[in-house]
Amino acid sequence: MNWLKNYVRPKIRALVEKENIPDNLWKQCQSCEQMIFHRELEAAHNVCPHCNHHMRLAAKKRLETLFDHGVFETVQLAGLKGDPLKFRDKKRYTDRLKDSRNTTGEDDALIVAHGKMGGNAVIVAIMNFSFMGGSMGIALGKGLISAARLAVLKESPLIAITSSGGARMQEGILSLMQMPRSIIAVNEVKEAGLPYITVLTDPTTGGVSASFAMLGDIAIAEPGAVIGFAGARVIEETIRETLPEGFQRAEYLLEHGMIDRVVHRHELRDELIRINAILKNTNSAKIVPIASSNKSSKYINQEREAAE
Amino acid sequence: MLSFLDFEKNIAELEGKLQELKHLSDIGDIKIADEVSRLQVQIERALKTTYGKLSAWQKVQVARHPERPHCVDFIDTLIEDFTPLSGDRTFSDDAAIVGGLGRFRGRSIVIIGQEKGHDTDTRVKHNFGMPRPEGYRKAIRLMKLADRFKLPVVTLVDTPGAYPGIGAEERGQAEAIARSIETCLSLSQPIVSVVIGEGGSGGAIALAAANNVMMMEHAVYSVISPEGCASILWRSAEHAEEAAEALKLTSQNLLKLGVINSIIPEPLGAAHRAPKEAINMVGNSISEALNELQAQDESVVKRLRRERFLTIGDDALTT
Ligand SMILES: [Zn+2]
Repeated sequence: MNWLKNYVRPKIRALVEKENIPDNLWKQCQSCEQMIFHRELEAAHNVCPHCNHHMRLAAKKRLETLFDHGVFETVQLAGLKGDPLKFRDKKRYTDRLKDSRNTTGEDDALIVAHGKMGGNAVIVAIMNFSFMGGSMGIALGKGLISAARLAVLKESPLIAITSSGGARMQEGILSLMQMPRSIIAVNEVKEAGLPYITVLTDPTTGGVSASFAMLGDIAIAEPGAVIGFAGARVIEETIRETLPEGFQRAEYLLEHGMIDRVVHRHELRDELIRINAILKNTNSAKIVPIASSNKSSKYINQEREAAE
Repeated sequence: MLSFLDFEKNIAELEGKLQELKHLSDIGDIKIADEVSRLQVQIERALKTTYGKLSAWQKVQVARHPERPHCVDFIDTLIEDFTPLSGDRTFSDDAAIVGGLGRFRGRSIVIIGQEKGHDTDTRVKHNFGMPRPEGYRKAIRLMKLADRFKLPVVTLVDTPGAYPGIGAEERGQAEAIARSIETCLSLSQPIVSVVIGEGGSGGAIALAAANNVMMMEHAVYSVISPEGCASILWRSAEHAEEAAEALKLTSQNLLKLGVINSIIPEPLGAAHRAPKEAINMVGNSISEALNELQAQDESVVKRLRRERFLTIGDDALTT
């Protein structure tokens, strides 16, 4: 079995990517409407420096922000061959796949990466919203199973970072079957006594929210992320009422007891390192009060790196 | 009086004639009696041709037929000593999911299913078979109860989908469905599911992560309603017919795709024309499935259930 695909050196990647700088060097924040210089936005990992609005962040970019020194390896996953339903709407499913593969350079909407986080091995399964809306089909479900088995094999925590509109309609009933499959996957991790942590980013809805995304031992969400089962428009059409302020946003879910924490993107890495260290209950893990989390977890991190 | 579907115009006409003649035949004319039996043959033939080649969209209409037997009809016919159980012990009772203890052909079981209701009052009471989180949490509670007393679980699936509402979202519709699937998959006792009408998306799979999943011949089971799919992919719900076709949501398709174990035949002209007969045929299939599963060693039932799902769709992947 060939788990390992490519070894990513972020600095080299950054050099390559400089070639495609967009013509528009300024981006307007949808929330505060301020203009942000593209380099500034990139440095802030797509968080608005004026109002802290979290914009979507490409999967690979996010992985670089999470792993030690931005270094990780991706796992070769089984891909979809052909089109199981021969699905065609206005467009053929195979053409939609081709388009997404061309624009993202990925095979499907899930990337499984492994590497060190705070010196400890972790497996990250991250969804790629730009690949057909992060929709969950057979390949994605199988990818989660592979991620879970790798976590068990390496005795590492599994972190699932979600962004998805739900099941991939073009795979019909087979996409619905990924709900039980993904749940079996994360339960293999839990049954091995390993942490399964979810990071819900914008958006996490439909069949993804109603399966592995909502079953984390610890559920973290990004500020402002839309998280829910039914789409807001469907709900409005059904009940014929306007929805309450902030409905289905991360903060709203926190208030209603549906998630553990809402964490700023810049603090996510420290948060994950701290939680995993506490759950692992190793000697090197200093249990520190959450109030001073930022500084303390950085401290733990440095200590780890020093010990290496 | 039976309600006819759009594509049953010729059958409706024949039935109309037949009813008229039947009134007359009370007088006892032999010619009329002949005509009646001739019409009956014609109707039978028309039903056979029409129902022998229903399109996906027509199947959706049949699966949603208001007179199609619903969960409570199956329970009434098949379950003795039915003892309904209520509530999720956290928030409320959701009548969109009914369930309880009972005896099915001699064995104790827990039975759970979505109920759509059969008239305005009961439809409102059961929320048209669209469960809220409380419904799934009740199902979870009942499944765990079954496991504790080593009873098999039977689920009857018939729902347009989980209810899209403010309260449902606030109380964790997504989590409730996920947890219900997880519970199905965790049982050490056998669980058998039958899609008896509409298997609507996440709201359906929540009760159908079973050892043996069967579908009635004219039931449908899909990741999204044809209307919903059409409004997203075709940008108009008017394309529902095409969407139904593309989604491959019929029992025949699902058997081919390896998603269901078997198809339970329906009486001529679908279950609503002979509900008792249809229900008993489902009973026979459930009984067979339970016999087979209960003969298995108890320790493998859960593993086999997981393996069943782990292999679905695998042949569509590269290795
Ligand atoms: Zn802003």
